[in-house]
Amino acid sequence: MSMEEKQNSQTFLDFNQSVLKPITREQISEIIKESYKKSIPLEINGLNSKNKIGRNFQAEKTLDLSKYSGIIEYKPEELYIKVKAGTPIELIEKELDKNNQQLAFEPTDFGYLFSGKSNSGTIGGVVSCNFAGPRRFKVGSARDHLLGFQGINGKGETIKSGGTVVKNVTGYDLCKLLSGSFGTLTVLTELSVKVLPKPETSKTLIINNPHVKTALEYLGKSLSSSIDPSGGVFYPDSFEKHFSFNDLIHKGALIGIRVEGPTNSVDQRIKRLSEELDLLENEYSVLNVEQSNIFWKKTKNLEVFSNTEKNLLRVVVPVSETLNFLQKLKNVDLSYFLDWGGSLIWLELNDISIKILNEIKDITKDHNGYFTIIKVEEDMKASADIFTIDPIKYKISEKIKKSFDPKRIFNPGKMYTGI
Amino acid sequence: MSSLQMPKVDSSILSNKDKIVSDMGSIIKPKNVLSHPDELRPFETDGLTAYRKMPLAVAMPETVEEVSKILKYCNENKIKVVPRGAGTGLSGGSMPLEDCVLMAMGKFNKVLEIDYENRCVVTQPCVTNLAITHAVQDKGFYYAPDPSSQIACSIGGNVAENSGGVHSLKYGATTNNLLGIEVVLMDGTITKFGGKTMDSEGYDFLGLMTGSEGLLGVITEVTVKILKAPEVVKAALVGFPTIEDAGNCVAEIIAQGCIPAGMEIMDKALTKATNDYSKAGYPTDAEAMMIVEFDGTEHEVEDYIGKVKQIAEKNNSSSLKLSKSNEERLKFWAGRKAAFPACGVLAPDYMCMDGSIPRGKLAEVLNEISRLSKKYDLPVANAFHAGDGNLHPLIMFDANNPESLRKCEEFGADILKYCVKVGGALTGEHGVGIEKRELMCEAFNDKDIQQQLTIKVALDPNSLLNPGKVYPILRKCAEEGRVHVHGGKTKFPDIPRF
Repeated sequence: MSMEEKQNSQTFLDFNQSVLKPITREQISEIIKESYKKSIPLEINGLNSKNKIGRNFQAEKTLDLSKYSGIIEYKPEELYIKVKAGTPIELIEKELDKNNQQLAFEPTDFGYLFSGKSNSGTIGGVVSCNFAGPRRFKVGSARDHLLGFQGINGKGETIKSGGTVVKNVTGYDLCKLLSGSFGTLTVLTELSVKVLPKPETSKTLIINNPHVKTALEYLGKSLSSSIDPSGGVFYPDSFEKHFSFNDLIHKGALIGIRVEGPTNSVDQRIKRLSEELDLLENEYSVLNVEQSNIFWKKTKNLEVFSNTEKNLLRVVVPVSETLNFLQKLKNVDLSYFLDWGGSLIWLELNDISIKILNEIKDITKDHNGYFTIIKVEEDMKASADIFTIDPIKYKISEKIKKSFDPKRIFNPGKMYTGI
Repeated sequence: MSSLQMPKVDSSILSNKDKIVSDMGSIIKPKNVLSHPDELRPFETDGLTAYRKMPLAVAMPETVEEVSKILKYCNENKIKVVPRGAGTGLSGGSMPLEDCVLMAMGKFNKVLEIDYENRCVVTQPCVTNLAITHAVQDKGFYYAPDPSSQIACSIGGNVAENSGGVHSLKYGATTNNLLGIEVVLMDGTITKFGGKTMDSEGYDFLGLMTGSEGLLGVITEVTVKILKAPEVVKAALVGFPTIEDAGNCVAEIIAQGCIPAGMEIMDKALTKATNDYSKAGYPTDAEAMMIVEFDGTEHEVEDYIGKVKQIAEKNNSSSLKLSKSNEERLKFWAGRKAAFPACGVLAPDYMCMDGSIPRGKLAEVLNEISRLSKKYDLPVANAFHAGDGNLHPLIMFDANNPESLRKCEEFGADILKYCVKVGGALTGEHGVGIEKRELMCEAFNDKDIQQQLTIKVALDPNSLLNPGKVYPILRKCAEEGRVHVHGGKTKFPDIPRF
């Protein structure tokens, strides 16, 4: 232990401080044991990139894991990387890049949305929120890439599940359960994450000026094609100023369909796709790899909503419901774009009230979907339900919460009242 | 394990058999309750045939409401329930208990909805894995996970075990291809997790239920993703003079950024056995044989096959044969998929093990298996999902000879312990069941197992749903919600374990 670590380890347990910054797993465990004993609620934080998502709740202390950071083991040939939970995504991606590998689920950088600049957060935070980028329908989300973890439950006990191999059905799949649990079940300490080779190249077919209805048809056809695209978005014309690329020959609404793989194959598939969709030459353009990468970075990081003052909802419905869902919101003052081939709807709302929120929630449910409030005025965060849930699942969630965190010391109330 | 103890039999349940059968006959159609030994016999075992037990009775519900009512009845009367799909599982997950009601889901055998717009199929749980592909293949779609038993295994069972298959390297296992389930909890609660969308919010109960081996709920409906079949699929058979060369070739293919749709290795013993059985055209003189398959567009597949050729040559491949037609490609796979019957020809019985290992440890682990084979004096043949590190040694033995069975079990346990030792897992896709229950402490410590048991108790407080499976537990401590297991040894060896 270095001098600095020693000093830190001496001060971290000072419970008079409101922010506790452990640097070892033992320290994290000590803090949690102490909090369990004294029933002290903790807010679990990393790099504060997504801490505004979720309900407002009262926590006496903040458990800040940003100093619990570092790559433990990276085995490119075994396709995994094992890291401490507070490791920045940026650092992981930089390391993977050296071996031409990547986190294929494209973690969203919420920094642009909340602060106007990049802050992609930590791996622990990304897994805890489980928001996947545009490649979701092809490769899965964070939950599909978490191979194993070690964490500390609400009693201060170190637990683990999974491992570093992809095929593993030993016991319950707690990797899935913890992904998307918003830090309410276990404080993650170490994560083994699947990594994949970067595609040799990536190009994007842009279709000009479609109506949303046509856009959904094109996206549906593309995603049901053996062309095997890895991204499918629709931006209405209100976003045109964000997409001034050299390769783009028009202004207005656009569909972007990404194709990745070996260079030969990508060119062949893009051509085939334009034929399958019966596109005339003046109806589409193709973004080369550099521009394609910028396009999808903007999309995955919600850069079109950069530093927005407005409210943002994330709605997911079966793609067959998207059009009807949008039509029912005709009279609401909003802008939106579609990802995941039309199934993921990012809704930016100018004015919001509990009444509007509840209306949208009901419409979402009517269309067999779910919504999550990503950004909302602070004073509404205590009263609004950030997530949708039914009473049966609430009851089960309560039991599961109790089985990990019996005294409700981890992010209490962040997801639901009483959980 | 041949002396494996199961949960203590509740004699009051046994003596109450007539009443239980009659009660259940008033909840569901009486003809759907089986209780005569002749009727029960077909249900006494699953794919792990070395272990058998007759259930108290079999209930065959036809609707989710019936499932709910039966579970509620059993929960209120403290009767154990063992769910069963097609009964093809290889770890004994649906082996009955003497005092249990076996819930046979065979009547849930219909595909409910094919939804091309949302690219999914909604089906009842006892539809077979392959039947889903059959239902959508006329439109060029298919369901990706393909366990070798796909012709017989049920999709509900696939969910319960999180089944994989030879193509899970590229397409993932069941959990990665599942959108939603309807499930009934032990207290009779009916609920749905997921639906037709990806990543339903809140806790991922869909993920928790997948692979929970029938301990947390009974699955009554399944929604799976379907994919458009790739345009071109080609496979290559590559022979290698040593296992090391084959292992190095696999590692290099992955390191070069190629992700094949499937990549299998068989050792010489299995290559010969399967080739004799199915005339697949395998290089039987090679010490190891690799089947590698790529799918996609023509250019894509050509590109990858070219790369693999180079890598194979660099790693001393002795032969390489490329499939010239789809028929030939299927013939390549027919041999691999017939690994079980082919071994059946070689020995009266075989036990199929299922460890996962880091890809780079293949040669080391196979050498250890060959050492153990000599030690236990039992022949073994090895199949390996090389792409994702899932190893299937087939140990040949004679189940009629208790000593042979005992040796086979020890041999198998030693292999799995070694898999864990080199950084792998006890089971890649077959599940823990009863087969690997006692080995859980090799992979997990007290606290890990305790956390999992707490989840079980939260959803099934009386531990009535499929008890005795997956977790090694001391009866007394289980009731208190604690286990005391360390290094496979219990602190109180005289207390019956389940």
